[in-house]
Amino acid sequence: MIKIENIRKSFGDEEILKGISTVFEKGKTNLIIGQSGSGKTVMLKCLLGLFQPEEGYIYYEDKAIQEMDEEQQRHLREEIGMLFQGGALFDSMTIEENVMFPLRMFTKKKKTEMLARVNEVLARVNLEGVNRKYPAEISGGMQKRVSIARAIVNNPKYLFCDEPNSGLDPKTATVIDNLIQEITHEYSITTVVVTHDMNSVMEIGENIVFLKNGKLVWQGNNEDIFKTDNKDVTDFVYSSDLFKKIRDIQIEEQ
Amino acid sequence: MSYLEDIGSYFLMLKRTFGSFTKRSVLKELILKEIDDLIIGSLGIVAFISFFVGGVIAIQTALNVDNPIIPKSLIGFATRQSIVLEFAPTFISIIMAGKVGSFITSSIGSMRVTEQIDALEVMGINSLNYLVFPKIVALLFFPFVIALSMFLGILGGLVAGVYGGFTTLTDFTTGLQDDFDTFHLVYAFIKTFVFAFILATVPSWQGFYMKGGALEVGKASTNSFVWTSVLIILTNFIITQLLLSS
Ligand SMILES: Nc1ncnc2c1ncn2[C@@H]1O[C@H](COP(=O)(O)OP(=O)(O)O)[C@@H](O)[C@H]1O
Ligand SMILES: [Mg+2]
Repeated sequence: MIKIENIRKSFGDEEILKGISTVFEKGKTNLIIGQSGSGKTVMLKCLLGLFQPEEGYIYYEDKAIQEMDEEQQRHLREEIGMLFQGGALFDSMTIEENVMFPLRMFTKKKKTEMLARVNEVLARVNLEGVNRKYPAEISGGMQKRVSIARAIVNNPKYLFCDEPNSGLDPKTATVIDNLIQEITHEYSITTVVVTHDMNSVMEIGENIVFLKNGKLVWQGNNEDIFKTDNKDVTDFVYSSDLFKKIRDIQIEEQ
Repeated sequence: MSYLEDIGSYFLMLKRTFGSFTKRSVLKELILKEIDDLIIGSLGIVAFISFFVGGVIAIQTALNVDNPIIPKSLIGFATRQSIVLEFAPTFISIIMAGKVGSFITSSIGSMRVTEQIDALEVMGINSLNYLVFPKIVALLFFPFVIALSMFLGILGGLVAGVYGGFTTLTDFTTGLQDDFDTFHLVYAFIKTFVFAFILATVPSWQGFYMKGGALEVGKASTNSFVWTSVLIILTNFIITQLLLSS
C-alpha cells in the first residue's frame, strides 16, 4: 500500500502538483489517468523519489520516504520495479543480462540460481529463446515484456509503469495490460500505472485516479467511470470517437 | 550566468561520481570494457596517424634546413621535440576528443534520452559512478597511448628521413639524443594526465545532462568535441606557461 498526503511539486514558478492525497492499494492495478501535461509522470517520479515534493508525505506501508534514512531508501528501491515508457532496456546488454541485472546488483545469488530465476520470469512473460539477443534485435512488444521481466525479477512489492502500452498496436497493448494485472494479483503487488489510454482504463482500471491541472478531480474504478457525471471525466472518456459512438448507441437503445 | 551554472554542474557531477560506489565485481567488468572501448580501440588510429605525421615532420624539417652550416642532426632533434612536446600529447588528445569524446557523449546521451539512466537511478544505483568512474579509470591508461604515439612518431620520422635520403641513421640518432631534457617528458606526461581527465569527464558531462531526443544526441556529440578540444588547447597553454616558461 502506498499513501500520499497532500503532495505539492513546483518547477520554478509553475506548480505542477497542487496538493494531492490518495491511497494506492496492494494487490490492485491502480491507474493514474489524465491528459498529457496533467502531471502524471511528475506524480510517478515523486512516488519513486526521483523528484522531491516541496510539501506533503508519501508513505510506503506506514513509513514516509521523507523520514527514511539513506539505507532505508536504498532498501525500498530494491523492492520497487519500474517499467519505463520506452522499456529503457540497457542496449549494451543481452536480454538475459538485462533481466539478470537487478539480481547481480542486489543479491548474492550464484550465477546458476540467477539464470534459473531469469528463465523463470522470461517464461512468465511468454518470452523464450531470446536470451542471447540484444534489445535492438527484438520487437517493441517483446522489449516491453523483457522490461516487465526485469521489473519483477527481484520480487518487487511495488510496480510502477509509465504508459506501458504507448507505441504498441492495440492487441499487443492488451496483452501487456493483462500481463501487468495478472502479475499484480499473482504476487499481491501494489501496482501504479500511468496512462492516458481508455483501453487500459477498461481492461485494468481497478482503482483510477483522475488528474487535471495537477489536481485529483475524481477517483473510482472502471465501472464507476462510465456512470459519473463529473464533466472533466466525461470529457476525457468521450474524447475518443469510439466511446462517443458506443455511448450514442447505448442511449438510442434505452 | 549560464556558464557559471555549467561549471557548477560539472563539479557537482565529479563529486557525485566519487559518491556511493557500484558493487565491486560489476565495476571491475565495466572498467575492463571501457579500457577495451576507449584505449585498445584507439591504438590503431593513433599508431597510423603518429607514424605518418612523424614522417612528414622529418621531411619538412629536412626541406627547410638545406643550409650547409646547419648540422644534419637537426632533423632528428626537431622531430623529437615536436613529437614529444606537442604532437603526441596535445594533438593526439584532440583527435581522441573526436573519437573517444563523441563516443562517450553519444553513448551516455542515448542512455539519457531512452531513460536507461533513470532506470539505474530507480534501482538505487549511483548512475554517475556506474557510468563515469570506469571511464576515468580507463583513461588512466591514456599515457600509454601517448607513449606509443611518441615512439611511432619518431620511428616514422626516422624511416622517412633515412629512407627518403634526407639524412643518415647516425645523424638522425645523434639528433634524437641532442640536448635531451627529461623534464620535457615529465611535462608531456603531466599534460597527458590532465587531458585524459578532460577527455573522460567533459564528454560524460555533455551526455549526462543533455535533454531531448536522438537529434540532440548528435548535437551534444558535436558540442562535446568543440568543448573538449577548446579545453585541451586552453589547459595546454596554461600548463606550458607554468612548467616551461620560467
Ligand atoms: N523536470 C521538469 N522540469 C520542469 N518542468 C517539468 C519537468 N517535468 C515535467 N515538467 C512539467 O510538468 C508538467 C506535467 O508534466 P508530466 O507529468 O510529464 O505530464 P504527463 O501527465 O503528460 O505525464 C508539464 O507542463 C511539464 O512541462
Ligand atoms: Mg507522462
